Amino acid sequence: MQATLSTRTAPAGEVSPAAVMIRRMSGLFFVHAFLLAGAVFILLPFVWMLVTSIKPPEEVFSAELSFWPDRFYGLENYSFALTAAPVLRFALNGVIVCTGILVVQLLIAIPCAYALAKLQFPGRHLLFVLVLLALCIPIQVPALPIYMALAWLGLLNTYFSMMVPFFLSVFGIFLFRQFFRSFPDDIIHAARLDGMSEFEIVWRIVTPSAWPAIAAFSVFSIVAHWNDLYWPLIVISDINLAPPPLGMMYFADAETGSNYGALTAAATVLTAPLVVTFLFARRRFIEGITMTGVK
Amino acid sequence: MAQLDLRGISKSFGDTAVLRDIDLSIADGEFLTLVGPSGCGKSTLIRIIAGLEPQTAGSIAVDGAPIDHLRPHERRVAMVFQSYALYPHMTVFQNLALPLTMARLTMAERLPLLRLLSPRRRRIMAGIGQEVGAVAEQLQIDRLLDRRPAQLSGGQRQRVALGRAMVRHPAVFLMDEPLSNLDAKLRVHMRSELADLHARLRATFVYVTHDQVEAMTMSDRVAMMHGGRIIQLGTPAQLYDRPANLTVAQFIGSPTINLIKGRIGRDDAIEIPGGRIGLATGLPPGAEVTVGLRPEAVVPAPLVPAFQDPVRLPARLHRRENLGPEQILHFDLMGTEKAGLTCRVMGSETVVADEPVDLLFEASACHVFDSAGERVDLPAPVTSSPPPVRPVAPLAGGPGA
Repeated sequence: MQATLSTRTAPAGEVSPAAVMIRRMSGLFFVHAFLLAGAVFILLPFVWMLVTSIKPPEEVFSAELSFWPDRFYGLENYSFALTAAPVLRFALNGVIVCTGILVVQLLIAIPCAYALAKLQFPGRHLLFVLVLLALCIPIQVPALPIYMALAWLGLLNTYFSMMVPFFLSVFGIFLFRQFFRSFPDDIIHAARLDGMSEFEIVWRIVTPSAWPAIAAFSVFSIVAHWNDLYWPLIVISDINLAPPPLGMMYFADAETGSNYGALTAAATVLTAPLVVTFLFARRRFIEGITMTGVK
Repeated sequence: MAQLDLRGISKSFGDTAVLRDIDLSIADGEFLTLVGPSGCGKSTLIRIIAGLEPQTAGSIAVDGAPIDHLRPHERRVAMVFQSYALYPHMTVFQNLALPLTMARLTMAERLPLLRLLSPRRRRIMAGIGQEVGAVAEQLQIDRLLDRRPAQLSGGQRQRVALGRAMVRHPAVFLMDEPLSNLDAKLRVHMRSELADLHARLRATFVYVTHDQVEAMTMSDRVAMMHGGRIIQLGTPAQLYDRPANLTVAQFIGSPTINLIKGRIGRDDAIEIPGGRIGLATGLPPGAEVTVGLRPEAVVPAPLVPAFQDPVRLPARLHRRENLGPEQILHFDLMGTEKAGLTCRVMGSETVVADEPVDLLFEASACHVFDSAGERVDLPAPVTSSPPPVRPVAPLAGGPGA
C-alpha cells in the first residue's frame, strides 16, 4: 500500500522498480513477523509440552530455562507413560465416546435444522427461539437429574452414560440451520416434484451439500467431548472406561504426579488424535465457519 | 395428454392477496404463457399448479379430475426452474435418472447398502439407463452424462433441467422463467428449441416469463397477469392488436406503444396536443382518453405512406437508434413539453435531425383507452375529410406519461 502511494506521488522515473519491490517486501516482512510472534505466543505451551515429554526429570526441574534437552529421554518417558497407565485405552475410550456422540448429534441435529430452516409450520419461530435459549443452559444445570436417572436405570459406568447428555446438540441445530437457510428452495422443490420424501431430501440432497458445516461442527464437537472432564468424572469410576482427561487425572496420582516427562508424554499421545483430526478437516472447517457466520 | 382447468384459484399470504380468483382452461397440447411484471403472481400460480404451494381457494383439474389433494410428484407435472435446480452433487446421469428411480424403485431398493440385495433393481436401472440415454441424445447432452452441474455451461444446465422434466413423460410441463439466466444469444436459440420441443412432444406447456418477446414468439395463447389477476387472455396477435387495457398495451410490444393523452372534443373527435383524431368513441365530450399508437403505425412525412386520410402531427427528431434493417426514431412533438412519439421505420435515413417533419398515422391505427385505462371499442372513423392541423393547448402525453 505504502509502496504504491509513493510511486504515485513521486515524479516519474525517480523510484526504480527495484526500490518498489524492496519496500513491498519489507512491508510483507513486518506483517509476517507480527503474525509469527502471535503464533509463537499461542503455540508455546503446546511446544513446551512436546519438549518436556522428551526431557529427563533432572532437566525438567533444573533452575535454568533450556529449550532443547541435553539428553534425549523421549523413549523412556513415552514407554513409561504407555506402560504405567492404559493411555491407549483412554484414547480408544475417547474415540468411542466422541464418535458415538457425534453420530447421534448429526442424526438428530440435521433433520431438526432442516425443519427449522425450510419447512413452514406453526410455532417454527417459537421453536427456534427455544433452541437459542437452550444454547444458554450449561451442562451443570441438568447434570443432577440426568445423573439420578442414569443411576436409577443402572447405567452409570457405561459408555452410554458418558454420551447421553450430549446427544441433542442445540449448537448443532443452530449451526446447520444457518447453513441450510442458504440452500436453494428450488432444488428442494425439484426434489419434491421428483417424488422424494422430506427425509430423503434431507439425507440425499441437503446433507451432501453441507460437508463444510458437518466438518466444522465435528471439530467443535470432538474437541469439546475429547477434552471433557466434568461429566465423565461424575458418571465414570471404572478406569477402563475413562476418556483422556479423566485418564490423565488417574495417571497423575501421587505416584507419577511429579513425573512431568511421563505426564507430558501421555498428554502428547492423547492430544495427537485431535490435532490430526483438525489438520484433516481444516479446509472444510474454515469454509463451514465462514459460510454459517458462526465465529 | 392433458387438459388443465383452474377454477377460482386464490392465494393470499396473511392479508396480502397474491392471486385473486383465477379461472383458466389450458387445452391439451397448448403452449400457454403467463406473462406479467414481477410480483404479478405468475410464479405463485405455476407453483400452485405444481403442488409446491397450496392455494387458499379454488380447484385445479387435469382432464376433469381434481388434483388438489395430490402431492407434487403424483400430479403428472414436471417443472423447469429459473435456477435449473439441478442436484449439485449428482452427475448429469444421476440428475436425469432420479425422477425415474424415485418412481420405479421401492424405498429399500434406494437405500445405500440394502439396494445391493435386490435382483430386480439391476433390471430396472438398465431400463432407466436406456431412457435417460434416449432423452440425453434428443437434447444433445449425451456426452455430458458423467459431469456434475458445476462443470456445465448455462445452456447445458438448461438442457439437463429440461431433460429431467422430459424423462418422466409428464402430462403438463411447467416452466418458470427457464431462459432468463441465459445470455441474449443463447436465449434466442433456446426459444426456438423450446418451440420445436413443444411441437415434438405435443404436451401441454405452461410457461412463465416476464419477457414479452418470449411470450409473443412461442405461445399459442398468452395470459397477461397483473396484480394477481389475468387481465387479458388471447393469442399473441390479439394481445398486440387489441390490448384490453393500458397495462397490456404498454407491456406487450417493443419499443413500447406511444401513449398520448387527449380529450373528446365537441364534434366527437379526440383532441390531442398538436392535432385531432377523427374517431367516434361514444364517450361524452370532455372525457379524458389515452390514445395508443404502435411505433410502426407512425410514419414521418418524407417517407410518404399510402395513407388515405392521415392525422398529421408536427415534430422534430430527437434521437435515432439504428438497428440495421430498421430504425427507431424518437420525435419530440412540436409545441409540447416532453411529449414524444417513437416510430419504427425500415432502412433509409431520410429524416434529418433538427428539421421539423410531420408525423403521419391513420385514425384507424389508434387504440383508445378511457380514463380507467380500459379499451374503448371503435366502430369506424367519423370524418372522411382530413381535419386541418391546428395546434391546441398541450395537455400531456407521450410514451413516458
